[in-house]
Amino acid sequence: MNSKQHMSGVVAGRLDASDIEGNFQDLHPPLNAHEAVVAADRCYFCHDAPCVTACPTSIDIPMFIRQISTGNPLGSAETIFDQNILGGMCARVCPTETLCEQVCVREVAEGKPVKIGLLQRYATDHAMDSKNEIYKRPAASGKKVAVVGAGPASLACAHRLAMYGHEVEILEAREKPGGLNEFGIAAYKTVDDFAQREVDFVLSIGGISIRYGQKLGEGIALEQLQSDYDGVFLGVGLAGVNALRMEGDDAQGVVDAVDFIAGLRQSKDKSDIAVGRRIVVIGGGMTAIDAAVQAKLLGAEDVTICYRRGKEQMNASVFEQDLATSRGVVIRHWLQPEKVNTADGKVQSVTLEYTSQKDGRLAGTGEMMTIEADQVLVAIGQTLEASGLGLPIKLDGGRIATDADGRTSADKVWAGGDCTNTGDDLTVTAVAQGRDAAEAINKTLKQ
Amino acid sequence: MADITNTFAGIKSPNPFWLASAPPTDKAYNVERAFRAGWGGVVWKTLGEEGPPLVNVNGPRYGAIWGADRRLLGLNNIELITDRDLYVNLREIKQVKKDWPDRAMVVSIMVPCEEAAWKAILPLVEETGADGIELNFGCPHGMSERGMGSAVGQVPEYIEMVTRWCKANTRMPVIVKLTPNITDIRFPARAAMAGGADAVSLINTVSSITSVNLDNFSPEPSIDGKGSHGGYCGPAVKPIALNMVAEIARDAETRGLPVSGIGGITTWRDAAEFLALGAGNVQVCTAAMTYGFKIVSEMIEGLENWMDAQGHASLDDVIGRAVPNVTDWQYLNLNYVTKAKINQDMCISCGRCHIACEDTSHQAITQEVDGVRRFEVIDEECVGCNLCVNVCPVENCITMEPLAAGETDRRTGKKVSGDYGNWTEHPNNPSRVAAE
Ligand SMILES: Cc1cc2nc3c(=O)[nH]c(=O)nc-3n(C[C@H](O)[C@H](O)[C@H](O)COP(=O)(O)OP(=O)(O)OC[C@H]3O[C@@H](n4cnc5c(N)ncnc54)[C@H](O)[C@@H]3O)c2cc1C
Ligand SMILES: Cc1cc2nc3c(=O)[nH]c(=O)nc-3n(C[C@H](O)[C@H](O)[C@H](O)COP(=O)(O)O)c2cc1C
Ligand code: SF4
Ligand code: SF4
Ligand code: SF4
Repeated sequence: MNSKQHMSGVVAGRLDASDIEGNFQDLHPPLNAHEAVVAADRCYFCHDAPCVTACPTSIDIPMFIRQISTGNPLGSAETIFDQNILGGMCARVCPTETLCEQVCVREVAEGKPVKIGLLQRYATDHAMDSKNEIYKRPAASGKKVAVVGAGPASLACAHRLAMYGHEVEILEAREKPGGLNEFGIAAYKTVDDFAQREVDFVLSIGGISIRYGQKLGEGIALEQLQSDYDGVFLGVGLAGVNALRMEGDDAQGVVDAVDFIAGLRQSKDKSDIAVGRRIVVIGGGMTAIDAAVQAKLLGAEDVTICYRRGKEQMNASVFEQDLATSRGVVIRHWLQPEKVNTADGKVQSVTLEYTSQKDGRLAGTGEMMTIEADQVLVAIGQTLEASGLGLPIKLDGGRIATDADGRTSADKVWAGGDCTNTGDDLTVTAVAQGRDAAEAINKTLKQ
Repeated sequence: MADITNTFAGIKSPNPFWLASAPPTDKAYNVERAFRAGWGGVVWKTLGEEGPPLVNVNGPRYGAIWGADRRLLGLNNIELITDRDLYVNLREIKQVKKDWPDRAMVVSIMVPCEEAAWKAILPLVEETGADGIELNFGCPHGMSERGMGSAVGQVPEYIEMVTRWCKANTRMPVIVKLTPNITDIRFPARAAMAGGADAVSLINTVSSITSVNLDNFSPEPSIDGKGSHGGYCGPAVKPIALNMVAEIARDAETRGLPVSGIGGITTWRDAAEFLALGAGNVQVCTAAMTYGFKIVSEMIEGLENWMDAQGHASLDDVIGRAVPNVTDWQYLNLNYVTKAKINQDMCISCGRCHIACEDTSHQAITQEVDGVRRFEVIDEECVGCNLCVNVCPVENCITMEPLAAGETDRRTGKKVSGDYGNWTEHPNNPSRVAAE
C-alpha cells in the first residue's frame, strides 16, 4: 500500500503512478473488428431512424453502421464526418444513453440498444489511424473569417468554412486548442491525447490557422474583428464559474471543479495532482460527477457529492450517476451547503442544510448536518462572463442570443456552443451549432 | 407418444433422420459417432470404382454465405467422392452395419457409365450387408467433368439405363439421387422410375460460385488463385429442394415413388415440412457439418413433440399431408382477400415496413399519423402482398388478416365473395373456360 493513501489533507500521489494509470484506462474500450461486426449486425437500418433524429448532428447512423457491416469502415467514417467532424470525440463523450441510443428501436424493443457510440468510434478510429486524406479544401474563396475560441464549436465551424474554401483564423485565449475536449472532458473518456490528435485531423484540411494567447476582450475588440474579417464566429464557451459565496469559501482546499479537472487533464501521469482524503463535491451535473470520480480514482478515500435537489433533477444522466456510485462515490440529495468550516485556513468539514421542495420552490428545512472533509470541489455551474468580453451583443439568460442559424444581434457575427442560449451544453451540440453557423456564414459570404 | 420409426424403400430405421452421403459419413469413426448421437441411418460417402483412390484438392474446399451473427446460410464445396481406398471403406461399412444392425446403412456409389463397372462394384457392396444403395447422379463438380455425377443426372436416358443395370444386378433397394441442376426435376424422376428405382433422393448440391476475392479476383474457395464452381447446400437451398420434392410428389407419373428429402434441413421443422410435402424420410448434411451430430436429438424430440401436440400417431399421418394443397397458380382462389395488420403494441417503430411498401410496393403504410411517428396499414391501398410481414424485424407484429365474405375490400370497393373463384374463370382471362 502507498504510504500516502490515508494521509489527511490535500496530498498528491495517494496511489502509485501505476495504479493511477490503471484507474484511468479507457472507460469504454474500443470494439475490435469482430465485436464491431457483431454489434453492427444488430442494426435494423431503420427508415427515418429515431436515432438520427436524436443525434444533434443528425449523423446517418443506419448508413454508417451498414458500411461497417459491409467491410467499408472508411466510407463509414466519411458518413460520420460529413455531419460531425468531431465524430471521434463525440463517440467517446456523448451521453448516448440520453441521445441516439436512448431511442434506438432495439432499446425500445429489448432494452439493449445498438452500440452506436462504440461503432462510431470504431469507424472514426479506423479512418484517423489510416491517415487517409478525407477532406480536401477547394480553391480559396478569398473570404476570411475570424473564429474566436478553439473548442468543439469553433473547430466544427472552421472546418466547414474551410470546406467552402474560406480562410479561417482562430483566436484562442489559451496556449492549446480543443477547449473542454482538452481541458474538461474526463480523462478516462479521451485517453492517449486524443483531443490533440483530433485537432490535427480537423486542421489537416488546410486553410485554418490558430493564434494562441489571443483573448477577446483583452486587447482584441469585437468591432476590430468585424472590420478586419468578412465574418466572425464566437465559440468562447463558458469561461467563468459560479463561486460558493459563503463563509469559508476562500479556505485552502476549496477548489473549483473545472480547474481541478483542467489541471488533471494537463498532468502527465496525474501523480502530481493533489486530492483530499475526504472530499465533498457540491453540484449535480456532469462536472460534479467527473470531478468526484476522478478524485476517487486518484485515491481519495471518501467522496460525497451533495446536490440540493433529487436524483431526477440531476443534470448528470443516470448512467453517469451509476458510474460514480460504481466507483465508490456517494451521492446525497436534498442538501445545500451552508458554510465551510476551517482551521488554520484549511478545510475541516462542510455544514449543509437539508432541503425540500415546497410549492414548486426549493427551500432549506433549517435542519443541519456536517460532513468531514479536507477538500471541497465546487461544481455549481459555469458562466459566460460577458462583461469581460466587452460584447455589444444581445444576451439571453446570461448567454449570447442567437437565431436558428447562430446569428447574433451584431453585424456579421455568429455564435455557437456553450456560450449561446440554445441547446444542451454538450460537445455534440457545440459541433452541430458550429457547423450550422458555418453554413449560414457561407451563404452570407456567397451573396 | 408419437411413433417416428421409419421404413423407407423397405429400409427400416428408428427415426427418419439419415445423414446424407458426404464428409460426415466418410468413415467408420464419424458414422459410429453419428449413430451414438442418435441418427437413424446414413448414406455412406460415395464410393468409386476399384483402383487408386481419387485425390481431392489440398487447399480449401468450401465457400459460404452468412446471415447476421455469421450464421452459416449456404455452403459450397468442391470435394469429390471418397478419397479412401474402396476396400477400406467396404470393410468399415460391414463392421459398422454389424455393430449397429437397427440403423439404416445405405451406400452411395458412382462409377463410370458402363454396365461392367456397376456389375463389378455391386456384389462388393452387397457383401457388406448394407441395406441399400444410392446412385450418385448429382455431384455437379469434378466428377461431372469425368462423365459421372450430374453429367449422368442431367440426361434422363442415362438415369434410366444405369438404374436398370443396378436393379438387374443387385437384390438391394436402389435409391437414385437427383441433381437440381436441370430445368424440370420431373424428367429425371420419371426416368429413375422407368428404370425400376425403389426411390429417389433429392436434392444434391446446386452449381454455384459463392463469392469472389476482390483483392486477387479469384473465385472462392481459391486454389492458388483459381476457383471452380462448386455444389451449394445448406439452409439457402431448402426452398429449391422443397419445391422439387413437391413436384415429384404431385406429378401424375411419379406420384407414390418414395422420395428421400434433402437440402438445407437444419431443424425438426424443416424435416416436418419435407415430410408433409411427400418425403418418406430426410437426409441432412450441412446442419451436421455446422453444428455437429448432436442436433439430431433436437430434431427427434421436436418432431415427436409436434406430432404429439397435433395428434399424429405415426409418420404416415404426416407424410404427404401438404401435397394436395400444392397446386398451380391458376387454381388459387382470387376471392381470398387479405390486409396487413400491424399490432401497435408489438411495433418498435423501425419504419422498415413503411419504406419497403412506399419505395417498392403499394404506398400502403403510413409513416406518421396526426403528426406522430406511427405505422399503420392503409386498407385502401394494401394489396395484401405481405412484403411488410417479411421485412418486419418483430415476428408476428404484422399479420395478414383475411376479409370475411360480405366485407368490402376498401381498395377495390367491391364486396368480398365467399365463393371460390380462380383465374381460369376470371373475366379478365382471355382464354377462360366459361363457367357453366
Ligand atoms: C467537466 C466537464 C465535463 C464534460 N463532459 C462532457 C461529456 O462527457 N460529454 C459531453 O458531450 N459534454 C461534456 N461537457 C460539455 C462540453 O465539454 C461542452 O459542451 C463543449 O466543450 C462546448 O464547446 P464550446 O466550443 O462551446 O466551448 P469550449 O469547449 O468551452 O471551448 C471554448 C474555447 O474558447 C476559448 N475562449 C474562451 N474565452 C475566450 C476569449 N475571450 N477569447 C478567446 N478564446 C476564448 C477557451 O479557451 C476554449 O478553448 C463537459 C463539460 C465539463 C466542464
Ligand atoms: C462437402 C460435401 C461433400 C459432398 N459429397 C457428396 C457425395 O460424395 N455424394 C453425394 O451424393 N452427395 C454429396 N454431397 C451432397 C449432400 O449429400 C447433400 O445432398 C447436400 O449437401 C444437400 O443437403 P444439405 O443442405 O443438408 O447439406 C456433399 C455435400 C458436401 C457439403
Ligand atoms: S454524435 Fe453522439 S449522439 Fe450523435 S450518433 Fe454519435 S454518439 Fe450518438
Ligand atoms: S434506431 Fe437502432 S436499429 Fe434503428 S437505425 Fe438506429 S441504431 Fe439502427
Ligand atoms: S416493420 Fe414492424 S416493427 Fe417496424 S415499423 Fe413496421 S410494423 Fe413496426
